Amino acid sequence: MRNSIKRFVEKISESILFLSSTVTTLSVLLIVIFLFKEGLGIFNKDPIEEGQMVVINKNNPIRKVVSADIKNIFDQNITNWKQVGGKDDSIILFRMDDIGNYFTEEQLGDTFQFVPQCLAKLVDSIPGIIAYIPSKYFNKDFPARELPMEKITVGSFIKGKEWFPTAQPAAQLGVYPLLIGTLIVSLGAILIALPLGLATAIFMAEIASERLRKILKPLVELLAGIPSVVYGFFGLVVIVPFIQQVFHLPVGETAFAGSVVLGIMALPTIITISEDALRTTPRAMKEASLALGANKWQTIHRVIVPYASSGITAAAILGIGRAIGETMAVLMVTGNAAVIPHTWLEPVRTIPATIAAELGEAPHGGLHFKALFALACILFIITMAINLFVAYISSKNKMSKR
Amino acid sequence: MSLIIETKDVNLYYGDFHALKGISMEMQPNTVTAFIGPSGCGKSTYLRLFNRMNDLIDAVKITGTINIDGKNVYEKGVDIVELRRKVGMVFQKPNPFPKTIFENIAYGLRVNGVGDKHFIEDRVERSLKQAALWEEVKDKLKKSAFELSGGQQQRLCIARALAIEPTILLMDEPASALDPISTSKIEELIHELKKNYTILIVTHNMQQAARVSDATAFFYLGNLVEFGTTKDIFTHPNDIKTQNYITGRFG
Repeated sequence: MRNSIKRFVEKISESILFLSSTVTTLSVLLIVIFLFKEGLGIFNKDPIEEGQMVVINKNNPIRKVVSADIKNIFDQNITNWKQVGGKDDSIILFRMDDIGNYFTEEQLGDTFQFVPQCLAKLVDSIPGIIAYIPSKYFNKDFPARELPMEKITVGSFIKGKEWFPTAQPAAQLGVYPLLIGTLIVSLGAILIALPLGLATAIFMAEIASERLRKILKPLVELLAGIPSVVYGFFGLVVIVPFIQQVFHLPVGETAFAGSVVLGIMALPTIITISEDALRTTPRAMKEASLALGANKWQTIHRVIVPYASSGITAAAILGIGRAIGETMAVLMVTGNAAVIPHTWLEPVRTIPATIAAELGEAPHGGLHFKALFALACILFIITMAINLFVAYISSKNKMSKR
Repeated sequence: MSLIIETKDVNLYYGDFHALKGISMEMQPNTVTAFIGPSGCGKSTYLRLFNRMNDLIDAVKITGTINIDGKNVYEKGVDIVELRRKVGMVFQKPNPFPKTIFENIAYGLRVNGVGDKHFIEDRVERSLKQAALWEEVKDKLKKSAFELSGGQQQRLCIARALAIEPTILLMDEPASALDPISTSKIEELIHELKKNYTILIVTHNMQQAARVSDATAFFYLGNLVEFGTTKDIFTHPNDIKTQNYITGRFG
């Protein structure tokens, strides 16, 4: 009797364990699938809002215009068809808001029932026109030609130099500035954090007394526990004004400010992991070095650091990983300008910050929304590559040291 | 023959633990002296006095004098780096650095400021020959030292210690982690090295002590129980504890 109860309980706990691991695995998989399903949805689509289209006069010889040019046309940076490969004729912009400039209220009708006819007449009569209109007005008899835009491709998404997802009529979905922003901030962070973190780790592992180490270690770990918004706040109040003053900048919110804040945030990761790696150096190896007449410093830099080098590499890469994915603090201090930075002292916008800042204003299921998911996919791929690389390094390390 | 190593009334404490109790001994140049005794008897601690390896451990207190060539190595102002160049050490487990075979041997020279490439090359070759390893590794000096077998690694460590030309070689159970064939190679090597070096060796292996050493010291619970020629210790020990230990009744 007791035995059967025991077996029953065992069975139950087994199934609970099985169930929870299944649920965990499935939810992780589902998140990834969801991410990619939404993210990949933007490719092969027109970069234009659904239900809208761009039309031109049917005698205009232009066949195709890249979406960046469409934006420039509507921003009036391009004012002549010649500039996009057409005839020498100035471009006349038309948005639906402009219809009152061409027609009176009577002509449009009191319920706007004559709008289609008016539009047709307008587009037909102005050879240089480019009109952004609802596609419901465009039918077989409409005396104009649709101006097809280049579809969004993986190449255009990654190489595109402009991120302006709310631009009308053509959304500009170029990740390049965001990618560069993310990388420049993370690279700066690691350049700041690695020497500092490594020095601290060496100090804690080799030089500090046991008592000092017992004080330092929890302090460093405490650093990891501070919420990122607090770091951001600190950065905004202390680092940003400091950078602005020191470098005489118009604004202090720069990539450099982001690097400093992220560098501080990556410190605990780098310190703890590389300290652990340094402490795995066998005592025998240190003693061998000292017995050969090496001093402490020679032992550290010729034996201990090389022995721990793969652990230190892993620490650096995980630090970068943390920096790349960090959102809040970066959002607060980098100025969020989606432009390609030329120096460290310019505002940038990172991928995570873009997602966080824009998701709230992107209509659910729209192009913008999906583009943000595509950004998330890129972030996911980067961090996964980083983790795989770390796993590869540590497995290689295990093999060489047996 | 002049005395080159001599300890007088050496006491060593790890915190409150009295690990070595008034050890006085004299060791002759170009001989092999074996330290035997059960685990925890203080023989390794004693060995590590001569290159001040015990300094690395916190809360160690040492009294008495340890003279090498008439100079007390624990006197204030002694250059530890200089001392350790003179007193090489081989450890219990092979502990090559994560470097190439060549760089392992060159390490001691490099940290002591030797930069001359030809000099280093010559010295590496000579040390490897002295350690009877040259023939086995001469074609793979640029390979990682971890690729060698345990016995080869230990001979590499001996070569590494020899490269800086010490006068005294401390060996802390150098063959305990090795197979019988590697062990006999190391023992042959010790015989060979005796001509140029004074060797102090800690061992757990009675036969090894009997085979390689000229003098033997038996330690028990931090005391030096008996010290004499190896022949005397193994054939007619004075102390009953020594006799019991070498005949395998305890230990």
